Amino acid sequence: MKKRVWSLVLAAVLVLGLFTGCGGSGNDNAAGSGDAEAGDGGKVLNIYVWNQEFQEKFNANYPEVGKLSNDKSVTYLKDGTEVHWIVNPNQDGVYQQKLDEALAKQASAPADEKIDIFLVEADYALKYIDPDVNVALPISQLGITAADISNQYKYTQEAVTTADGEIRALSYQATPGMLVYRRSIAKAVLGTDDPETVAAAVADWDKFYETAGQMKAAGCFMYSGRADTYRVYANNVSAPWVDGNTVVVDPSMMNWVDRSMQDTQEKINHNVPGQWIDEWNKDMGPDSKVFCFFLPAWGLDVCIAPNVKDTSAAQDWAVCPSPQGFYWGGTWLIAANGTDNAAQVKDIMLKMTADREILRSLAVNNGEMSNDQPLMEELAQSPDFGIDLLGGQNYIGVLSDAAASISLANVSPYDQGCTEEFQNTFGDYFNGKIDLEKAKANFEKAIGERYPELKSGGVRWPE
Amino acid sequence: MKNKKINGRSILAHAVLIILAFMCLFFFYILIINATRSHAQLQLGFSALPGSSLITNFLNVINDPAIPILKGIQNSLIVSGCCAAIVTYFSALTAYGIYAYNFKLKNAAFTFIMAILVMPTQVTALGFLRLITNMGMDDSLLPLIIPSVASPAVFYFMHSYMQSSLPKELIEAARIDGSGEFGTFNRIVMPIMKPAIAVQAIFTFVGSWNNYFIPALVITSKSKQTLPIMIATLRGADYMNFDMGKIYMMITIAIVPIIIIYLLLSKFIVEGVTLGGVKE
Amino acid sequence: MRSEKKIKSVSYAKWGYIFILPFFLTYAVFSVIPLVDTIRNSFFEYYYSGLKAIGPNWVGLANYAELLSADLPKYAWNTFVMWILGFVPQIVVALVLASWFTDARLKIRGKQFFKVVIYLPNLIMASAFAMLFFALFSNSGPVNNILLSMGVVGEAIRFMESTFGARTLVALMNFLMWFGNTTIMLMAAIMGINPSVFEAAELDGCTHLQKFFKITLPQIKPLLTYTLITSLIGGLQMFDVPQILTGGQGSPDRTTMTLIMYLNNHLQAKNYGMAGALSVFLFIISGILCWIVFRMNTDPDPDGSKFAAKRARKGGRAS
Repeated sequence: MKKRVWSLVLAAVLVLGLFTGCGGSGNDNAAGSGDAEAGDGGKVLNIYVWNQEFQEKFNANYPEVGKLSNDKSVTYLKDGTEVHWIVNPNQDGVYQQKLDEALAKQASAPADEKIDIFLVEADYALKYIDPDVNVALPISQLGITAADISNQYKYTQEAVTTADGEIRALSYQATPGMLVYRRSIAKAVLGTDDPETVAAAVADWDKFYETAGQMKAAGCFMYSGRADTYRVYANNVSAPWVDGNTVVVDPSMMNWVDRSMQDTQEKINHNVPGQWIDEWNKDMGPDSKVFCFFLPAWGLDVCIAPNVKDTSAAQDWAVCPSPQGFYWGGTWLIAANGTDNAAQVKDIMLKMTADREILRSLAVNNGEMSNDQPLMEELAQSPDFGIDLLGGQNYIGVLSDAAASISLANVSPYDQGCTEEFQNTFGDYFNGKIDLEKAKANFEKAIGERYPELKSGGVRWPE
Repeated sequence: MKNKKINGRSILAHAVLIILAFMCLFFFYILIINATRSHAQLQLGFSALPGSSLITNFLNVINDPAIPILKGIQNSLIVSGCCAAIVTYFSALTAYGIYAYNFKLKNAAFTFIMAILVMPTQVTALGFLRLITNMGMDDSLLPLIIPSVASPAVFYFMHSYMQSSLPKELIEAARIDGSGEFGTFNRIVMPIMKPAIAVQAIFTFVGSWNNYFIPALVITSKSKQTLPIMIATLRGADYMNFDMGKIYMMITIAIVPIIIIYLLLSKFIVEGVTLGGVKE
Repeated sequence: MRSEKKIKSVSYAKWGYIFILPFFLTYAVFSVIPLVDTIRNSFFEYYYSGLKAIGPNWVGLANYAELLSADLPKYAWNTFVMWILGFVPQIVVALVLASWFTDARLKIRGKQFFKVVIYLPNLIMASAFAMLFFALFSNSGPVNNILLSMGVVGEAIRFMESTFGARTLVALMNFLMWFGNTTIMLMAAIMGINPSVFEAAELDGCTHLQKFFKITLPQIKPLLTYTLITSLIGGLQMFDVPQILTGGQGSPDRTTMTLIMYLNNHLQAKNYGMAGALSVFLFIISGILCWIVFRMNTDPDPDGSKFAAKRARKGGRAS
C-alpha cells in the first residue's frame, strides 16, 4: 500500500515536472509564434472594446473582412491585416483601467501591440477626448472632413467636440430611448396592444403611474427595477455631475431616489437591483410579469432578443415613446494617438459610422438606430421596415423625434463612476437597510475613493 | 447499557458527518447539474436532473474569445508548475544551507525567516507593483513565479523534515566519497527529501492555482490572465449573463481538474497535511 | 577536494551562505524593497486623476489620520466579524470530529470517505467558490428556487442584500473551506497524545466528556492556540470570497468590506498614498501576529513547534 502511494506521488511530481517543462517552453513558443503570426501576416490592428457588439457588427458589415479565427478573437482582413479584439468588461471601471494601462504604454509598445482604435461610451468619452490628455487623434488629422460625416446626427458630434473645436470620436448609432413593452400584458390589462393606445396610457408620468396601478391590480409589475428609470432621470438634469472639484447632485436625481423608493415599496417595480444581471434578464424572459423596459434601439437586439429567442415571447414586443425623453449610452470610435495604421483606421471609422449601406444594414439586421439622419427619416416612413421582435412594428418613427431632442451638454468625464456609485449606495436605501442620510454619506465616501481628486470639493446635495 | 450509549454516539456521529458531507458536496452537485443545462432551461428554475447541454456549454466556453479559458489554463499551469518546482527546490536548498552548515549568521538567518514566517504578501503589494513596473516585469508571469524562491513556511517545513529524516553523518559520508556540496544536495539530499517535496509541491501548486489577489494586480492583458482572474471577470461581465449555462461551465472548468487530482491523490494529500507531525 | 582535510570546518561555512543566498536575495528584492517603498509612499499624496498623475506631495501623517478617523476601524471590524463567524464553528466542529475520528471505541463507517470529503473544499479556488455561491444564492438562483418549490419560503430570500445574509455567506464559505483542514490537524495532535493517559483515565471510570475536557483539550492547547493565530492571519487577508461575492462593493452598506478589499480599491484607483498608509497598518497588525507565531515556534515545547510546521502552511497558502 505504502509503495503504491509513493509511486502515485512520484507520478504526480513527474507530471508537475512535465507541466513545468512544457510550461516554460510553451511560454516561449506562445510568445514566439504570436510575433511570427503578426510579422508575416502584415499589419495588426488592436481594437479595445467592452463587449462583442461592435465586433459582431464589424465582422458582418465591414467590406474588407476576410475570415475569422476559430475563437473569433481575430478578424483577418482581405489584405492580410489582423484585427485583434481586446475585450474587458465595462463594469466597475475595469475597461477603463485596462485601457488606461495600455494607453500609458502606447509610446513604448511595439508596433503590433499599439492600440489603433478604442471604443468609448457617453459616460466617459470626455475623459479620453480631453486635448490635454492627448490620447485621441482628431478626425481632421486622419483626413476626415465635415462633408464626410454630414449625415450624422449633430448631437453625436457636438458631444465629442472639445474646446479646441476638434472632433475626436465618431459614432455609428444614435441612442434615443423608448418604452419597450410586452404585447400580451398590454392586451390583458389595457385591452389592446396597439402602440398608439399604449403610448397614450404612458404619455406622461401621471398617466404612467395610473397605468402602473392597473398593472399592479392585475398582478403584473410596471417595470423591472430602479436602474431602468435611472437614465430617464439622469438625462434630465440641469447641470453636469461635477462642477470644478465638487460633485453636484441634481434635484432630478433625488426625485429618482424618492420615486424609486415609493415604487419599490408599493411593488410597482419588481425590485430588481440592477441591469445586466440574471434577474433582469429573467424579467425579459417569456415567463415574466414585467410590463415594460426603458431602452434605446440597441436594447432590442442586445438585451431583449437573447432572452426571448425561440420562445413564445419572441414577437411579443412593441415600442412607444417614453413618458419623458432620454438617451442611453452611445458608442464612439476613437483613433488612438500613436496608431501605426492611420489609413486603415480612417477607413474603418468612416465606413462604420458614415457609409450609408452599412448603416442601413445595421438598422435592418440589428435593429440599430443608425447615425444617418436622412436614412432614418426615410426608414421611418417606409412601410416595409419592421422587425420580427416587435411583431413587424417600425420603431424608427418612435425614435426619430426623440433623436432630434438629445443633448449631451450635461455629461462629465466622471459620469460612469458617479452613476455606478450613486446606484450602488442608494441600493441599500431602497432595500431598507440604511436611511437616506447614510446613503448620502456612503455616496460621498465612495466618490472620494474612486476619484481622490474630488474629495476636497465634497458633494453638494440639493436643498 | 454501555453498548447503548456507544450506539447513541455512533448514530449522532454519523448523522453529523453525513450533514457535513452533504454541505460539502451539495453545492458542487448543483454546479455540475447546472453546467449541463442551457440558459433557457436555467431560466425556468432549478431541476435536480442534468440537462443535455453539457457539450454545447463546453464548446461555448472554449470558443469565447472574451474569456480565453484554454489560455488561462495554460497560464495557470505554467505559473503553478513553476512555483511548485521553484518553491520546493529553493526551500530545500535554503533549509539545507542552514541545517547542514555552521556559519556566523546561521542563527540570525534562521531567526529572521521564523520572524517573517506568516507575514502576508498583501502588505507589500503596493511597493511590489511599483517595483515590477519599474523593472518592466508588469503584465508578465515572471513576478508571479520568481518571488516564490523565498517561501518561509515551506522552508520551515523542509527544515523540520531534515531534522527528523536527514542524518548529518550521511553528508559527512558523501564528502568522504568526494562528492561536491551541490552534488551532495542534488543527488543525496533531494531524494531523501522526496516525501516532503511531494507534499509541498502539491500544496504550492494548488495554492498558486487558486491565487487571485496579486495576479489580478499584476496581469493586465487578456492573453496572460490566470484562471482565477478570468473567473472574477465573470462577476462583473454583463455580456456573460445572457448565458448562465456558460457561467456554470466556466466555474466547473476552474474547479473540477483540482477535484480530480485531489480524488486521485486524496489519501496521500490528507495524510500529507500532517506529515512530519506523525513522523519522528 | 584534495585539500579538503586541511581546511575542513572553516571552508564549508561559505557553502552555507551560498545555499541561503537565493532566498535572501529574492526576499530583499521582492519584499524588503517593496516594503520600504510602501512605507515611503504612505507619507505622500499621490494618485491618478483619469490619466494624469497628481503628486507626489509630502503630506506627513495625513493619510494615516484620514484612515483612522473614518474607515479603518469599520473595515477591521467587518473583517473580524466575518472571520469569527466562520472560525467559531470551524474550531468547534473540527474538535468534535477529530475526537470522534480518533476514538477507538467509536466505529465510524467510511471514515476515509468522510475525511476526503470534508477536506475537499479546502482545495477549491476561492474565487470560483465565491462566484458559485453568488450564482446559487442570487435572488432568482437555484437555492431560492429550491426553497420556493419546497414551500419553505413564500418569497425569494434576498441573501446578499442584508448584512446578516452577506456576512453569513462569507463566513459559511470560510467555514466550509477550513473545517476539514483543521479537523485533520487536530486529529494528528490527538493521536500524538500518549495512549496510556487515556487508558488510565478509562480505568478510573472517566466519561467521554471528562476525557475530552480533562485530557484532550489541555494536551492539544498549544496547537489550538497556534490554529487561532494562523487563522487570524488568514482572516486578516480575507479577500477573494467577499470581493467576488459582492463584486468589490462590500455591499450592503459596506458591511462586508474587508481590509484587503479596501486596499485593493485604493490600488486599483492608483491611490498610492492611501494604499501605502493602509499597508503600513496591516503590516503592524501582521507584525504583532507574526511575533506571537515566532514565540510559539521557538518555544522549546516540542509539540507546539512540530505542529506549527504544518500549520504554517495555511498562512503561506492564503497569500
